[in-house]
Amino acid sequence: MKYMDEYRDVASVRKYADAIKKITVHPWTIMEVCGGQTHAIVRFGIQDLLPEKINLVHGPGCPVCVTPVEMANKAIAIASRKEVIFCSFGDMLRVPGTEKDLRTVRAEGGDVRIVYSPLDAVKIARKNPDKEVVFFAVGFETTAPANAIAVHLAAQEGIKNFSMLVSHALVPPAIKAILSSKENKVQGFLAAGHVCTVMGYREYKQIVQKFKVPVVVTGFEPLDILQGIYMCIRQLEEDRAEVENQYSRAVQEGGNVPAQELIEKVFCVIPRKWRGIGEIPESGWGLTPEYQSFDAERRFDVVAESKEESSECISGLVLMGVKKPSDCPAFGKVCTPEHPLGATMVSGEGACAAYYRYRRDAT
Amino acid sequence: MCLAIPGRIISVDGEGLLRTGRVEFGSIIKEVNLAFVPDAVVGEYVLIHAGIALGKVVEEEAQRIFGYLEEINEIHG
Ligand code: SF4
Repeated sequence: MKYMDEYRDVASVRKYADAIKKITVHPWTIMEVCGGQTHAIVRFGIQDLLPEKINLVHGPGCPVCVTPVEMANKAIAIASRKEVIFCSFGDMLRVPGTEKDLRTVRAEGGDVRIVYSPLDAVKIARKNPDKEVVFFAVGFETTAPANAIAVHLAAQEGIKNFSMLVSHALVPPAIKAILSSKENKVQGFLAAGHVCTVMGYREYKQIVQKFKVPVVVTGFEPLDILQGIYMCIRQLEEDRAEVENQYSRAVQEGGNVPAQELIEKVFCVIPRKWRGIGEIPESGWGLTPEYQSFDAERRFDVVAESKEESSECISGLVLMGVKKPSDCPAFGKVCTPEHPLGATMVSGEGACAAYYRYRRDAT
Repeated sequence: MCLAIPGRIISVDGEGLLRTGRVEFGSIIKEVNLAFVPDAVVGEYVLIHAGIALGKVVEEEAQRIFGYLEEINEIHG
């Protein structure tokens, strides 16, 4: 497919890998933030193309992985109600709550539907005026334009039986939290391309100044990732720390302004808890007062218990880039995608699940 | 979850937040919302995520990755 296949060209991949070898003098630890990039790195074996001195660690950029158990429990409680049609992206259905997941709710007779877009959930609400239609709005900045437009259009059209269970997380505050941690080993970042398509990359300039780490806005195909790594290593070797944009075909410095304008109207910054990590200040989005009547948590008044990760699970350290999945004694033994103990084994984009799928033999 | 897939616009309809269009991904065609790419026209490529176009794919920048490769190969010989 155009703008995808050409960025998987094997000869160019080799040339980038060679170029990286030539410039690498010192050992460096680089984190890719986004789960989509983690998945591509593990799937295409990119770590194996790099010099041994280069250590890629995988960040907290999988929204499914960082959704707290309380939120999964709230989703399950709402989805179990008779009057509710619960709509979600497919990968949230397997996220375990304390007692069950959304798949179980569906097997028990709940009306749980997988949708491709929040706009599909609005359509379902329009067609089923006697039901309460709830969309599980999980995601990072990338997904916010779709969620904002869905809520806004529902409000404009006066659709009263639509609401959202909002679990939005923001990437830059998570990067700051990682860099501020005493255990931090990360020396350079590949920033998530599609988050920046929406938000631009001005915010990273402050991070780069404060923490003196290079940040390279990077795409998702193998060549993108290799070029991103090359640019990051070059900065590190030259003792520079700047924001660079590898993914210029899809990211402008200011991001998508019309999308940001609607997001700002619909969402406001709130503190939020990240599964496996804990609370990070100003790292989430909730609905603004104007749209609060679309907040499913208010509408259904659910309280859900929280639960800590299994004590064997080191997913918090994996998400902070301190450990790798293969460092976990439970990996592939008691913890598998069928029986996940922790956040990062749940979603296909989680680091543990990606390692399980593509590199079980390499551990 | 943050993947967005490039597709080519084959038709545009409506305006404002209800601007929609049909977008072709390989052999698949989907109806998507084009509200946030107000200047995108038929024939251009946009990145689609969760039924929404997040931005255009900038044709002039798309080849840069290969030009960069040539440059660094010249440096390293
Ligand atoms: S392998 Fe399982 S138990 Fe270990 S860190 Fe990953 S999710 Fe947690």
